[in-house]
Amino acid sequence: MFLIDCPFCGEREQSEFKAGGEAHIIRPKQPTELSDDEWAEYLFMRKNIKGIQFERWNHIHGCRKWFNVVRDTSNDKIKAVYKIDEKPPTN
Amino acid sequence: MTKNLRVKTGKVIDETYRISFKFNGKTYHGFQGDTLASALLANDVHLVARSFKYHRPRGIMTAGSEEPNAIVQLHKNSSRTEPNVRATEVEIYEGLEASSQNCWPNVNFDIGGINNFLSPLLPAGFYYKTFMWPASFWEKYEYFIRKSAGLGKSPTKPDPDIYEHKYIHCDVLVIGSGIAGIMAAKTAAKSGLQTLMVDEKSNLGGSTIYQNSENFKINNQNSGSWLEKEINEIKKLENLEIKTRTSVAAYHGYNFLLARENITDHLPIEQRKNKTRHKLLKIRAKKVICATGSIERPLVFDNNDRPGILLSSAIKRYADLFGVACGEKNILLTNNDSAYETAISLFQKGIKIEAIIDNREEVDSKLVYEVEKNNIKIYKGFTVVNTSGYKKINKVSIMRLSKDGQKVVGSKINLSCDCLGISGGWTPAVHLFTQSGGKLKFREEDQVFIPNTYPSDQISVGSCSGDLSLKDILINVPKTLKEFLNIKKTEYENIEVLSSENGSKRNIWLIPSDKVLGKTKSFVDYQNDATAKDIKLALREGFRSIEHVKRYTTTGMGTDQGKLGNMHALGIISETAGTKMGEHGTTTFRPPYTPLTFGTIVGRNVGEYFDIFRKTPIHEWHVKNNAEFENVGQWKRAWYYLRNNEDMYQAVQRESKAARDSAGILDASTLGKIDIQGTDASEFLNRVYTNAWSKLAIGKCRYGLMLNEDGMVYDDGVTTRLGENHYIMTTTTGGAANVLSKLEDYLQTEWPELDVYLTSVTDHFATISVCGPNSKKIVSTVIDDLDFSDENFPHMSFKNAKIGKINCRVMRISFTGELSYEINVQANYAKSVWEKCMEAGKDFNITPYGTETMHLLRAEKGFIIVGQDTDGTMTPVDLQMDWIVSKKKYDFIGKRSLYRSDTIREDRKQLVGLLTDNPEDVLEEGSQIVADVKKFPVEMLGHVTSSYFSPNLKKSIALAVVRGGKNMMGKKLMIPMENKSINVTISDPVFLDKENKKLNA
Ligand SMILES: [Zn+2]
Repeated sequence: MFLIDCPFCGEREQSEFKAGGEAHIIRPKQPTELSDDEWAEYLFMRKNIKGIQFERWNHIHGCRKWFNVVRDTSNDKIKAVYKIDEKPPTN
Repeated sequence: MTKNLRVKTGKVIDETYRISFKFNGKTYHGFQGDTLASALLANDVHLVARSFKYHRPRGIMTAGSEEPNAIVQLHKNSSRTEPNVRATEVEIYEGLEASSQNCWPNVNFDIGGINNFLSPLLPAGFYYKTFMWPASFWEKYEYFIRKSAGLGKSPTKPDPDIYEHKYIHCDVLVIGSGIAGIMAAKTAAKSGLQTLMVDEKSNLGGSTIYQNSENFKINNQNSGSWLEKEINEIKKLENLEIKTRTSVAAYHGYNFLLARENITDHLPIEQRKNKTRHKLLKIRAKKVICATGSIERPLVFDNNDRPGILLSSAIKRYADLFGVACGEKNILLTNNDSAYETAISLFQKGIKIEAIIDNREEVDSKLVYEVEKNNIKIYKGFTVVNTSGYKKINKVSIMRLSKDGQKVVGSKINLSCDCLGISGGWTPAVHLFTQSGGKLKFREEDQVFIPNTYPSDQISVGSCSGDLSLKDILINVPKTLKEFLNIKKTEYENIEVLSSENGSKRNIWLIPSDKVLGKTKSFVDYQNDATAKDIKLALREGFRSIEHVKRYTTTGMGTDQGKLGNMHALGIISETAGTKMGEHGTTTFRPPYTPLTFGTIVGRNVGEYFDIFRKTPIHEWHVKNNAEFENVGQWKRAWYYLRNNEDMYQAVQRESKAARDSAGILDASTLGKIDIQGTDASEFLNRVYTNAWSKLAIGKCRYGLMLNEDGMVYDDGVTTRLGENHYIMTTTTGGAANVLSKLEDYLQTEWPELDVYLTSVTDHFATISVCGPNSKKIVSTVIDDLDFSDENFPHMSFKNAKIGKINCRVMRISFTGELSYEINVQANYAKSVWEKCMEAGKDFNITPYGTETMHLLRAEKGFIIVGQDTDGTMTPVDLQMDWIVSKKKYDFIGKRSLYRSDTIREDRKQLVGLLTDNPEDVLEEGSQIVADVKKFPVEMLGHVTSSYFSPNLKKSIALAVVRGGKNMMGKKLMIPMENKSINVTISDPVFLDKENKKLNA
């Protein structure tokens, strides 16, 4: 059980949070104009990285805010936490 | 004729306090401070168990939690009975009752022992190979295998003891209170850190505390006395908490650890009353110091498992700590210096040592010289090749090892004995370190795995880090601590150490024999009866990965997780495969380090506290009126109400009929309710529901279907427009939390520009639904200042109203197809409003009904229940609900998915009605639907999702999903059941009142 530094509440235990899958997948603005393949790309295709992964998390048993986390999936180390409207860290 | 093998007052034994206990029905005596193992050994009881597969006689082998053999059952015939307990960890108390496991009828005469003679027929993978075929026989095999295996008996009654969970936050956690742990705890606490030290044993000090030899000195004192002073000192430190009898079970990431604190198990039963038995400590530590010590390795040779064969260090521990001699004629077999420490300890106490067999040819060590000085015969360059004695060892056969250690040479010498101590060197206890994600490295010189990279803020000190001598510990621990705790100085600078052992070791993983390997029983894993031969067989059969060999041979898969033998398994694998030890890695050590009881894991979450349950404000009324309850999510919902001698079926039929004939009343408070406000509320609903919302007039209600982005139905419910920018949404009972979550997700991440606020009000409002042709008469009596005419209050509309001073929202909406009103009131008024409705409905036979009747009534109307008639693979089109999907809206959640090539397939499973040819036949929900039972394999077309006997239609009705069902109206199909086939016809899913006349009756 790792600790997550919620950008709104501070450091809390993992059990207070819900994982929300890969981050930065933007819902297409005009879905009707997409081919089946393009829509499937948005809908189904997710990375499953061993290493640095950008993920969405929700502080569901806290402030209920969604935010992004950069996590190394090989050791659960969290490298960065940032708000949903912030740019991902580059380094 | 029990002997007394008590030699001298042991360090932890209180001889003034005598304790009687029973083992296998016989009464024995021990002293305060004894473990079950030490007390049995003092009574010369070695044979305590039978092995798992061959049922070979087994004795106590260790003095700690690594014990593979002495597994006992405690408290016979009681709700407290407990299997798989290590006798080496049980502290005796007055009235203790323990018995052997794995044997029938008893440990001295065990029928399963015949497996020992059949053992050529029971090689590794035997179960996999033999019982695989024919598959249908597995059930029968399993019965016999389980019976003969027997891992103890679990209690059949609820556990009467109390367990607790406790959270602990500390700066530093020190695991283990041996010399390294004590030094670490003192240093951490003295530098101002809030420190917790735990140890699985009842006393502090590890193995140094009973070290009383001139060969091991610290600052010119015996190392034992030196440590004792340290312990007395740290006990006074205010910011150091010490917990004994506390074993760390799991070490997770981010320094989160679980430990079991054993509070009462050592107390006489009558002193345990009203006390917590175990506490599960959930520890979050900023820093962790592992001082978990090391475990002595056994040696692998033919018949190395007889009772009376113990680890050499265990013999020393029993003698020093408990004053118990494990034998009167001891022989030690070793490949390193440790056994000489045992020898010195024994002869100091007057316990006889017949001989020491040392695998090493030449040794230059003070310990060896001291033993030689005492006229103990040492066979250097020799090894034990075999032992004899069925229920206890009585003889060892020794032979000379060849120069390369691959063979034994010369003639066999037999030596008689009653106890054999074995020492194969030491294995650092890195279990917790690896659990935390730590990576090991292999140290060639002495063939051990030691910590290499640490995944969190932690460090290993003492012998678990590979510092196996006293000197190394005293030099390295202070150094490591300074760096780890970032301090300048410890109290252990310039300390003088005398540590006499010589580090040399002659490591031979599998000791050669004069017999061929196939004829030997050289145990690697004692608990699971895996031998060296089994491991070699696995390699011959092509297994290479240590994880595969482990599973095939079951090595390391017992309750002890192979704490003793795993290293030998690895060694034998690499020797046989010709690879390097470090290359194979180790198998994964998984929590718990030692087994935990279920009681400890669940803590107080038992019985009614097992899970949270939610009650509606009308719950007590339902209880008083004989409701049976159904769990829906965490809610307890009234399921049906029993009257007189009814059964469930009769109750539901009565309720269903009453609701349609006159009036029914339902507690619908559990439905999810989300208050939606904001200038973009209408636009938001447009995006989350399939149908259009902008044009919904204030005061009107609309049914909505919510999809996932994949186009599958996710939830449904009625939403009411309370004002220009104000809606109240209802969701299914089970879906409420997830729907709110999903809506919040879209608002926060996809559409942050929308001005919308969501508030869950599920618990704030209670919902009372009154339905049936007489519902209007009843509700208008309760709410007397509202115009209930169809013109003022039509179907699918809402009114604010008052019942006396109570504000309520009334919706005219229907889930039954009957004229029906839903009264929403603040939860604390709900019961009184419910009672008012009951009172007003008295003359109309108002009948409270539960969820079962609600389900039946809606099925008559063909209304779906999300989660019962849908399963996450149904689109609105599959449900024949095309009418609710807006063609005009540009987008909504899931829209694009509705015309993917897969979702537009004509032969998807679609919702249909089913009528049985015999109207009395009620189908089973979940049963399969087929067209042809003669053609194999029988093609499954779909399954029944809802099925009832309708008292209003006087026939059986069902909803089902059938492949291509939409175009199969009138088609005859079959439902094969165990003894018969039921003929059915596909029908419209709406069975009653297709024209919706009843809504306005
Ligand atoms: Zn938060």
